[in-house]
Amino acid sequence: MNPLARRRLVQVALNAAGLAVFLFAVFPVYWMVATAFKPNDQIFTTSFIPFPSPPSLDHVQRVFTKGVGELPIWQYLLNSTIVALSAVVIGAVFALLAATAVARFRFRFRTSFLILLLIVQMVPAEALLIPLFTMVKRIGLYDQMLGLIVINVGLTLPFSVWMLRTFVSAVPKELEEAAWIDGAGRFTTFWRVLFPLVAPGLVATSIFAFITTWNEFVFALTLINDQGKYTMPVALNYFVGQRSTDWGGIMAASTLMTIPVLVFFLLVQRRMVSGLVAGAVKG
Amino acid sequence: MTQTSTLARGGADTSAPARRSRKPTRGPGLSPRAVPYVLLLPGLLVIAVLLLYPIYQMIEMSFHKVGLRQIKAVNPAPAEFVGLDNYDSVLGSPLFWSSLRNTVVFAAVTVALTLILGTLVGLLLNRLGGKMSTFVVVGIMAAWATPPTAQAVVWKWLFDSDAGVVNWLLNLLPDWLSRLLFGRSDWTGEPWFNDTSTLYFVLIVAVVWASFPFIAVSVLAGLKSIPSELYEAAKMDGSGPVTTFRRITFPLLKPVFSVLVVLSIIWDFKVFTQLYLLAGGTTNRDAFNLSLWSYAEAFGGSAPKLGLGAAIAVVLTVILLLITLVYVRQIVKTEDDIR
Repeated sequence: MNPLARRRLVQVALNAAGLAVFLFAVFPVYWMVATAFKPNDQIFTTSFIPFPSPPSLDHVQRVFTKGVGELPIWQYLLNSTIVALSAVVIGAVFALLAATAVARFRFRFRTSFLILLLIVQMVPAEALLIPLFTMVKRIGLYDQMLGLIVINVGLTLPFSVWMLRTFVSAVPKELEEAAWIDGAGRFTTFWRVLFPLVAPGLVATSIFAFITTWNEFVFALTLINDQGKYTMPVALNYFVGQRSTDWGGIMAASTLMTIPVLVFFLLVQRRMVSGLVAGAVKG
Repeated sequence: MTQTSTLARGGADTSAPARRSRKPTRGPGLSPRAVPYVLLLPGLLVIAVLLLYPIYQMIEMSFHKVGLRQIKAVNPAPAEFVGLDNYDSVLGSPLFWSSLRNTVVFAAVTVALTLILGTLVGLLLNRLGGKMSTFVVVGIMAAWATPPTAQAVVWKWLFDSDAGVVNWLLNLLPDWLSRLLFGRSDWTGEPWFNDTSTLYFVLIVAVVWASFPFIAVSVLAGLKSIPSELYEAAKMDGSGPVTTFRRITFPLLKPVFSVLVVLSIIWDFKVFTQLYLLAGGTTNRDAFNLSLWSYAEAFGGSAPKLGLGAAIAVVLTVILLLITLVYVRQIVKTEDDIR
């Protein structure tokens, strides 16, 4: 075989492999969405029906009106949104302050603090669950969304600081110094110079924290008892437990839960990788 | 920092002292040396109250008997100190060995498969054309973005005994092949979630599916940072693809790999959400891993044993921290600005 034909063959094989990877990754997600839009007789069948034909909105409508468990799904979507947004906003303020401290200043315990950030991320959430459960009970935050918000701030903060500090370091110090020379105070410099430049990084970090909180399962499962305060993951688990064979409804609920994450993901995936493998990937 | 060093070198730069002199006068009332501590305080408080103190409390609880009477809201009884009793029960329980086995075997298999698949896909993405590469990246992003609860539910549906796609696919195999490989030809109605080994098989598939994209994208990012001259030189010297990978790609990506290995081990060691949903809660004791066992003792039954649950959590945390030390060392070594 001549080299040109060989190269072409290799390229075809590579593209075929790429397609196979694509299908393996996408099919379960596609199947979730497809099942959500299938009428029941196309779901409960031993034959393979690739597309909903015709698509039906029955299940989606049902989870919105009659609901998951006893309440319509928007209640859980709303709860999840409240918890995630509150945790993200509070966490973003704390993270930005701490990230500025470690990125802009040299001080005693700076290295210790950074190493602490790494280590606390490694402690399994299930290990913190038991003591936090008793703590939350003692201070009367059990079965309160506020308790869940506070805990999610704690769970996401170490990684947020870790990720945000690289964005703060990336802003040239000279800009702040120029503002100082022009007579701007410390707060003005922070607010008018550093903040706008770090904002894109803050958005990326916040989206990551949002996804983590949105997906968080075990704390929401343990600390919330009242069904009206369930977040989406817990509601989905409850739904599966109650109506384990209602696959159309379950898939509709899963789809509604996945969409916001998917959108956010495509927005920040590049920065997320650089944040997670911080330092190991150069360039 | 830079200014101090100019001064130390005795530089004749006149603008430097002027700039320096303004700096310490900033912020009325707040000494500049205190600023980083003030900025750090809120975050440090959060970490101390929500992460450090609970870790201490977990250790303390593991030496106590903590049940319903100790956690009730009104007038709780003090926890009774029981010494090492909880640890005795943990290590003496047959559930310890089955949970530990499930944890370790699951982590070993899943980490290996995730890393191999992720690396291969990363190498593939690097060789694909621009459009095709973006197409595949967007595709694997869909798997990565699916929330863990939704992952579990979707794979449960794919492996459904009657209407699941997997059993339908297995039925497509020619009868002789299916019999040769699995000793059976009819898969309709085959349950996947009754047996611990098949349940874990589904769990492995689900977790590998959701975690290989991260490895692939990280490896791709690492590959892009390797200068192409190295590959050209290797090609000139007649190096084949395997040798090139072993001699050039792997050594240069070693820091990336070591971080990825440790992160994967940490994530897979404490898998909880997917297992909880696939196993249907805490009723199937055979399927416990350490996380689920700890949860089951503390919250699963009508008589919660939080002390026992905490002891299991301590064991899991110690294992994880030993592995984590490697990660922390690696990061401290590669990240120049940490010191």
